[in-house]
Amino acid sequence: MVMPEFSIASAEIFLAIAAMALLMFGVYKKKDAFVPVSWLAVISLVVALILVLMGEGGSQVTFSNIFIVDSFAVFMKVLALGASAIAIIMCMDFNLREKMDRFEFPVLIVIATLGMMVMISASDLMSLYLGIELMSLSLYVTAAFRRDSTRATEAGLKYFVLGALSSGMLLYGCSLIYGFTGTTSFAGIANAVTGSEAGLGLLVGIVFLIAGLAFKVSAVPFHMWTPDVYEGVPTPVTAFFAAAPKIAGMALFIRAFIMPFGELVDQWQQIIVFVSIASMGLGAFAAINQKNIKRLMAYSSIGHIGYALVGLAAGTEAGVSGVLVYLTIYLVMNLGTFAIILSMRHKDGMVEDISELAGLGKNHPLMAFALMMFMFSLAGIPPLAGFFGKFYVFVAAIDAGLYPLAIIGLLTSVVGAFYYIRIVKIMYFDEAKEAFEPITKPLRVIMIVATIFTVFFVAYPTPLTEEAGAAASILFQ
Amino acid sequence: MEIGLGHYLTLSAILLTLGIFGIFLNRKNVIVILMSVELMLLAVNINLVAFSTFLNDLVGQVFALFILTVAAGEAAIGLAILVVYFRNRGTIAVEDIHHMKG
Repeated sequence: MVMPEFSIASAEIFLAIAAMALLMFGVYKKKDAFVPVSWLAVISLVVALILVLMGEGGSQVTFSNIFIVDSFAVFMKVLALGASAIAIIMCMDFNLREKMDRFEFPVLIVIATLGMMVMISASDLMSLYLGIELMSLSLYVTAAFRRDSTRATEAGLKYFVLGALSSGMLLYGCSLIYGFTGTTSFAGIANAVTGSEAGLGLLVGIVFLIAGLAFKVSAVPFHMWTPDVYEGVPTPVTAFFAAAPKIAGMALFIRAFIMPFGELVDQWQQIIVFVSIASMGLGAFAAINQKNIKRLMAYSSIGHIGYALVGLAAGTEAGVSGVLVYLTIYLVMNLGTFAIILSMRHKDGMVEDISELAGLGKNHPLMAFALMMFMFSLAGIPPLAGFFGKFYVFVAAIDAGLYPLAIIGLLTSVVGAFYYIRIVKIMYFDEAKEAFEPITKPLRVIMIVATIFTVFFVAYPTPLTEEAGAAASILFQ
Repeated sequence: MEIGLGHYLTLSAILLTLGIFGIFLNRKNVIVILMSVELMLLAVNINLVAFSTFLNDLVGQVFALFILTVAAGEAAIGLAILVVYFRNRGTIAVEDIHHMKG
């Protein structure tokens, strides 16, 4: 018997062991375990990040070809690990204040991150499924973590039911793809579909696979859980949900379509174009009337996934590299915005109404400036980072001949700009309300770093675009 | 009559459809939703095992075993969330799950 090459998956193996060790540590520590376990979880994620970066270059597979590590995987894993580590740091103060300081919380985030890494490295339908489930099951529990809150448990229940439904559809798609190509490995499927027309069974399988994956990244028409879950769960959990799982989901979406079905791009392109247009449209129009900022961010994230899917719809190397740039920028803007949302706090607790932001420009000039930059950037106004994200995916779409998609995308981003700019107007021009409590130190650092990235990305975009280009090119070899 | 691959696929498609309808049409009880989810996963397993036999390839059955394992974990987590929800609301009727709208 030949042992698999364990060293290729060293980061995942380390993270799995670290999660179990943290659980043991928390159980034996008994009291006040939350803060040490949180920091240890952050350290584990950073160590895993270093292990990911230390891996050898090129494309390597292990565990009977179900697990692949290449520069695309490294790029996405760095994003996912970084986002999770920052999310844990952002949670800490909140959890202590709101009596949610149980040590299982950071451990669950670590396990979810492990699932994301398996998703990102999946090169087989089986590892795809196991990665998704490992992430989703941890996220269901994280959503319902605040056991005494009606809203949080309701959100957890909704998330669970719809998530289980989407897993079922995804699996049905996987089973059909397996049946009609005779293999579950991405490389094998790519061989099987080359040079022949896709049969009806395979196409049905692909449609089900898209449905399942669209749910995980909350793209229309499988978005209905997103607003409720984002609003119902505690704010730091929302911040986590809007960042790392989206990255992993999009990574899987890209790999599962470019690698095995790259030949069939004409067949699935229309579906992705539809999903993308519907997401952009819903994200732009449904957010206009929202009063709750978390709900608004939910619709905003649906819209942004639509923009990211524009790049995938192009199905070209430039498109995928555009998606990677887009996701990186989206991640930074989003974490920065949530750092500010987490600071929307009066003496008697958190507030979530957009109208509470009134007077922020006077009471907290720095916070208001940062939020203004994030909002302009999310709306895609040059010269901020968000503009470049949209620019790359739209250029790729135009190069691929998808003119209607690019035009509709531009129009919806104009509509979307309305509600982002409305927040800026409320902050600076509405009659001032009670000032928020001062922002905590970790959130302040995250906010400032994210602002610097958003504002100065224009001056020095090459490192990111080059890395993204290299990561994308490996999928097309 | 010989039972071929088509029969298995039809059976599994029917079970999957029943599962999906069970989730959307049921207005009474969340437990029924959990049962529908299991039904969907078992439909997938029938599919996989049938394909595996007809392709003479073991991978499908390995996949089915993985699905069974994960389904058990999924059911456990679903029931746990349901219990927590019940403690807060005192009901698990589907039509009562509407605290957030918009």
